[in-house]
Formats: sequence, C-alpha cells, structure tokens
Amino acid sequence: MNAGDTTFVIISAALVMLMTPGLALFYGGMVRGKNVLGTIMQSFIILGVITIEWVLWGYSMSFGPDHAGIIGGLDWIGLKGVGLEPSTSYGTTVPHLAFMIFQCMFAVITPALITGAFAERMKFSAFLIFTLLWATFVYNPICHWVWGIGGWMLKLGALDFAGGTVVHISSGIAALAAAIVIGKRKGFGSTAYIPHNVPMTITGAAILWFGWFGFNAGSALAANGLAANAFVVTHVASAAAALSWILMETIHRGKPTTLGAASGAVAGLVAITPGSGFVGPVSSIIIGGLAGVICYGGIMLKSRLGYDDSLDVVGVHCVGGTWGALATGLFASKAINPAGYDGLFFGNPMQLWIQFVAVAVTMIFSFVMTVIILKLVDLIVGLRMTEEDEEKGMDISLHNETGYTI
Amino acid sequence: MKKVEAIIKPFKLDAVKEGLATLGVKGLTVSEVKGFGRQHGHKEIYRGAEYHVDFVPKIKIEVVLDAKILPDVIKVISDRAFTGQIGDGKIFVLPVEEVIRIRTGEKGIEAI
Repeated sequence: MNAGDTTFVIISAALVMLMTPGLALFYGGMVRGKNVLGTIMQSFIILGVITIEWVLWGYSMSFGPDHAGIIGGLDWIGLKGVGLEPSTSYGTTVPHLAFMIFQCMFAVITPALITGAFAERMKFSAFLIFTLLWATFVYNPICHWVWGIGGWMLKLGALDFAGGTVVHISSGIAALAAAIVIGKRKGFGSTAYIPHNVPMTITGAAILWFGWFGFNAGSALAANGLAANAFVVTHVASAAAALSWILMETIHRGKPTTLGAASGAVAGLVAITPGSGFVGPVSSIIIGGLAGVICYGGIMLKSRLGYDDSLDVVGVHCVGGTWGALATGLFASKAINPAGYDGLFFGNPMQLWIQFVAVAVTMIFSFVMTVIILKLVDLIVGLRMTEEDEEKGMDISLHNETGYTI
Repeated sequence: MKKVEAIIKPFKLDAVKEGLATLGVKGLTVSEVKGFGRQHGHKEIYRGAEYHVDFVPKIKIEVVLDAKILPDVIKVISDRAFTGQIGDGKIFVLPVEEVIRIRTGEKGIEAI
C-alpha cells in the first residue's frame, strides 16, 4: 500500500463525484426555465440510485471474477471481500475500497450523461427504472469488457484509459436510441427551445473541466508521472477544443458564443479521455483541436436527421468519444506509457483497427440494449409525461416546485 | 392630470430618469417588459441553431403628472430615449381621473 497513491485516488474520486452536479448545472442551464429543477434532478438523484446499485451488485458485475470475458461474477456482491487492503488486480497500491469508490463515480456520471437526450419530457418513474436497468445491463458489462481483468476488449488490446468507450460512446449512442424511441418534444420545429440560463451552463462546464482532472489523471490510480501526463493532456485538449469550436462558429455563424466555448471545452475533454494515459501534449492539441471541429459538425446532425437530442449528447459524447477512441489508435505511444501500445502514427496500424472494433461493438450493444430497455419501461410505466404536464413543465408537474419565483 | 407610459430601450433608462427629475417629476414606476413593434424581434444563435426571438426586452416607465408639464415631459423623454435606430420605443398619454395618496388621503394634483 502506498500513502501517496491512496491519497490521490481518494481525492480523485471526490473530484469525479463533483462532475455529476456539474453536469446537472451544465444541462440545467440549457433547458427552459420551467424544466430547470426536473433536469437538475435527473443528474443529481443518479448519485443516489447508482451509488446504491454499485455497492449492491454493480461493482461485482463490473470488476468481480471474470466469466468468459463477458461479465464479472457476483462474488463481490454487497462489497463482500472488498476491504481495506489492496486488490490483487486493480490499483494494487491503494485500498480496494478506494478503487471501488473511484469507479463508483464513473458509473454514476455515465447514465447522467444520457439524460440530456430526453430532457424536458420523460416521466420521473420511467427515468429511474431506465437508469437502474441501463446501469445494470449496459454499463456494467461494457465496463467489464474494457477494464475488468479477463474482459474481452482488454484482452483484444483495446486502449481506453479513462472511459472513452465505457463512459462516452456507451452513453452517447444510448442517447441517440433514447431520442428516437421517446420522440420529439412537444412543438419541435415550431418552438424555440432557448437555453434559459447560459451562465449556469458555463458554471457547470467549469465544474466538469475541474472534475475531469480526477477522471483522467486519477485513472493512473497512482500519484506518478503518468497521472501528470494525463492531467496535462486533458487540460491542453480542452483548451484547444474550446478555441476550435468558437473558430468554427465564427466561420459558420459570424460570432463566437460563450455556450460554444463551454461546449467545445467539454468536447475536448470527452475526446482526450480514452487517450489521456497514452498520448503526449502535442498529440493532445491535435486531438482537442479536431474534437472542437468534429463535434461542432456532430451537433448539426440532429437537424439534418430530424431527431430531438435536446442537449446534444450524441453530437458531443458519441461523436467526440468515437473520435477520441480512434485518435488513441492513431496517437498512442509506448514512450508515454510502456504498459500501452503504439498507435498508427508510431508504427502500429493494427491498433486503429482494434480501436474501431471496440467502438463498433460498444455502439451496437449499447444501442440495441437501450432500445429494448426503453420499450420495456414504456410497457411498465410509460416513458413520456402527459402533453399537459410537458406544457406546464417538469418542475411543477413532476416535483411540485418551481426553480424561480418573483 | 395625465399618465405617461413610455416604452424605451433599457440602456436609456438612466438618461430619461435624470431628465424627468430636472422637470420636478417626483416619482415614477419602472418595469422590465417584453414586446415587439416594427423592430419585430431579433435572432439568437445557440450551438449553431438560429432562433427568432419575437419579444425584445424593453423598459416601461409610468409616470402621472400635472397636465401643465406634459409637453416638457414628452420632449424630455423623446430627446433622451432617442438613438435614431429602429426600436427606440413609444410614448402613450392617458387621462387620469383621480389620484389618492394612501397614507394621508390627499387627492388630485396634491397627491401626485
């Protein structure tokens, strides 16, 4: 056990925890004022739901002893045998409990990301059941494939340092499925869904940026040089993406916007996540810079294709995550992390193919499972709020409160 | 007695308020309002998507005054709220039947 590593992982876990309330503000500012609390609630309460799920069975399904590379066993259910001593496989210099709670925060934020796709129209009961089922049957298996000892993607050699496939592609493609299955908001096409509080969104983006240092650097699971590298490339990629996004919108629409700067920063953070432990600072400028351009294009998709992904989860997380996963296959270097692999630009073209396989399987699995889960929840409780409730807004009709009073 | 309701550009409020004070206007009521006239809204862009916003933020000033100073008041507001651009606003003049100061019960001009 190492005191420095333990301190670092526990503090990183706290940083990642803060990302979920940060996301609540990021999303909360982008909806209309009548839905601000309902939207914040969807992220905030996942801290409750998934924490309990993770302790009871989620952690065991994700990281428990492997079964055929597909899923972890239930040996660690209720954290049985997960204690004060280090695990023999994960973060071997920190208490097993510290690794577990660090991973818990990842499991929490992933379903919270999806909520942006069905914002302003989903029933609270349906949302809770969906979240629990999605975490159990989509997040936990994918997490095991990529990070669990024996997981098939890990054995295949797919690189995902901090959750490009596990967190961003899985949630981003689930967001697409959700936007399609749940359908458009009332008045789509004729109503202007203007963000009601952009400063709130900027505050949320700043909290996300801050928390992301725990997300990526903390994924080194040790207070070492690799953690410092992850910290640096995370910051650099976010900076580059914020700049390239506002450059894109200046070219396209004439003026740079603060919402664009915040969106770009988040897109850069998403894109650098899988490669943060494998690429160097100069590569991260390219990854981040292109993330701003590609994700700006990504958010244009929804008006072209006609689905109502309310807060652009697909454009930012699915598109940005995919770019990041593939970019890892291009820019990864064993000079940065000897435990990893070289990418295409460092003489190993196979890595790009492996990354592509990991992306494709994650997308297909998450999309299909999300559709099935949503159809099931629709049968049990119904997915959508009534038209009248949607008109009144989530805050008053789902929670009997309002965000703002005179 | 007359009531003047003026819809003006928000950044012109201070200038108008100071101008009215020079005429001896002792009180006024201000509200933040939204609406449109010939300016007919403006466009806003969020994440590359363009929205037409019909209602533009304005300030409404309401002031009740002695009819004798009405021409001066109209001139002050017209001068001070003027930019020459579309959307400068409008002034409405209404007759007032009675004014009562609640604290003392005074009525008419005395109560303004």
